[in-house]
Amino acid sequence: MNDKQLKSAYWKTNLRYLALLLVIWFIVSYGFGILLVDPLNEIRLGGFKLGFWFAQQGSIYTFMVLIFVYVILMNRLDKKYNLDEK
Amino acid sequence: MDVQLWTYLLVGLSFALYIGIAIWSRASSTKEFYVAGGGVSPLANGMATAADWMSAASFISMAGIIAFSGYDGSVYLMGWTGGYVLLALLLAPYLRKFGKFTVPDFIGDRYYSGVARTVAVICALFVSFTYVAGQMRGVGIVFSRFLEVDINTGVYVGMAIVFFYAVLGGMKGITYTQVAQYCVLIFAFMVPAIFISIELTGNPIPQLGFGSQVSGEDVYLLDKLDGLMTELGFTAYTEGSKSTIDVFFITAALMVGTAGLPHVIVRFFTVPRVRDARISAGYALLFIAILYTTAPAIAVFARTNLMETVNDKSYRDIPAWFNTWENAGLLAWADKNQDGIIQYRPGPVFEESPTYTNQRGESGERTISNPLSANENELYIDRDIMVLANPEIARLPDWVIALVAAGGLAAALSTAAGLLLVISTSVSHDLVKKQIAPDISEHAELWLARGSAVLAVLVAGYFGINPPGFVAAVVALAFGLAAASFFPAIIMGIFYKRMNKEGAIAGMICGLGLSLFYMMRYKLGWIGGPTTPDDWWFGISPEGFGTVGMLVNFIVSIVVSRFTSPPPEHVQDMVEEIRYPRGSGEAMKH
Repeated sequence: MNDKQLKSAYWKTNLRYLALLLVIWFIVSYGFGILLVDPLNEIRLGGFKLGFWFAQQGSIYTFMVLIFVYVILMNRLDKKYNLDEK
Repeated sequence: MDVQLWTYLLVGLSFALYIGIAIWSRASSTKEFYVAGGGVSPLANGMATAADWMSAASFISMAGIIAFSGYDGSVYLMGWTGGYVLLALLLAPYLRKFGKFTVPDFIGDRYYSGVARTVAVICALFVSFTYVAGQMRGVGIVFSRFLEVDINTGVYVGMAIVFFYAVLGGMKGITYTQVAQYCVLIFAFMVPAIFISIELTGNPIPQLGFGSQVSGEDVYLLDKLDGLMTELGFTAYTEGSKSTIDVFFITAALMVGTAGLPHVIVRFFTVPRVRDARISAGYALLFIAILYTTAPAIAVFARTNLMETVNDKSYRDIPAWFNTWENAGLLAWADKNQDGIIQYRPGPVFEESPTYTNQRGESGERTISNPLSANENELYIDRDIMVLANPEIARLPDWVIALVAAGGLAAALSTAAGLLLVISTSVSHDLVKKQIAPDISEHAELWLARGSAVLAVLVAGYFGINPPGFVAAVVALAFGLAAASFFPAIIMGIFYKRMNKEGAIAGMICGLGLSLFYMMRYKLGWIGGPTTPDDWWFGISPEGFGTVGMLVNFIVSIVVSRFTSPPPEHVQDMVEEIRYPRGSGEAMKH
């Protein structure tokens, strides 16, 4: 592959990662925390109703995990395509 | 030592620390003044971003807002954290690679247009000024409540401190004081939370505590609170009363607004490399999440404590803290049925905030002159009390109470400083250097930046002392405006090469204009008379309307760009350039 193809492959993989992570981001916050909150509240997690827990705790933990996963994925991708910073 | 002395001691020590750091980290070039020389470590930047982001409102008011809105308060929790995912994934790395000083820099270069740059500067100034006025007021309020000085005196002290490190140190001074301020504020927030969590549930981790059983009782805390509330006619704590669509739109507006706030974005220009920008967004969210996952726990503890200590109790037997905060004007009791007992029920006791008379009622309470409402509720509670009075309500030691004061000040000062820097940079860099006088020397520009910081401190102080009535309403709306203006322009600038200046400018103007109109019409009532929530479009409140503005911005931009010529070659190359990390800040050589 030449430089241009390499870069375009890098960018496409990046966009795929973004799409995947943002779908999870959306499902956990808007899905579990808002749209599906009532059915999820039927399920208990200790003293929490599950939907309430996602809205006030779980979504925030997920956000953190998503960013750190993204960092690891991208650092690896940068190296693979030799686009990382020296 | 009493509370007063402890407060002077802790606040004094923390101020001495901030000033010490300011002197140690003076800025000597514009690069240091604007972006701390671009050499901040990602961990330090994460902490500074967290302090920058968490304002007096996060520290003092948020737990209270959640305590009184239960599930509905989730919009703030998700909204003000979820935006960091967008920042980390969609904005921070690319803007770092772009490697200039400000958001208007990016908009101006990407859209090859002075008009776009000017629109961005106006948005940045507008958002920052509405925000900073609230912060200076916050400093004054914390001073007046804990040290019993006049609010205005508090604002002057706050101005003096911010003046010291923002004007001298620029971004460099701000960054390192914010690191210290983060440590102070998070310690101050966590200590009472942990104490109260142990007291109520026996679990030292508040995040787990509010899902645990109440100490000595066979019932979960949240179930108990739901029970207490429904018994008195309130909506259950874990159920919401806002419509789903409104919760959805408000959350989205806050998330996207967070990702579009200039004082947050600019922090990612201060780290050395693209990968540092990514990871520091992660650290920032981690540090923010410590407070944001604790706040809902505090909310539950405080609401439960309050209902148990105050409701259906005789005023004469009420604990001393009640009188303290009644005297401070944050509590009021109107004995509607003349039985000497405090009835706490749903609905407002009276409209607006209490106006006290100089007399005492039959039970010794401060009487108020507001016309009373017809419902049974007799208790007025200012939401800020949930954090401010929490240590006293839970009978924690004096030094913990003093710590809360130092934490509140740290939160307000750190945010104020970050905003003031955006304002001064917008003036000295984006307006003067880039548009009015491009030949200005480095030395002169640095002094100009300092001068505009001085001016910004004075203006912010003025608004802190004479707060315009609409500030409180507008701060929440600032997010909607940021969402409707900056966010789409930046995103498409990075991910859509075909986007041109005509599209971006039209989008920003339509998004911002529509949101402003909606807010003036349905929130501030400046256009066409009073309105009720029934008049809202699709049931979306003004707080959530920024999301609609954002969508309109995207659509208008794309449509307009289709009918106008594509951006010039060098701009398309620039977009290509910022997508790849290698060689951040300068042109790639291959």
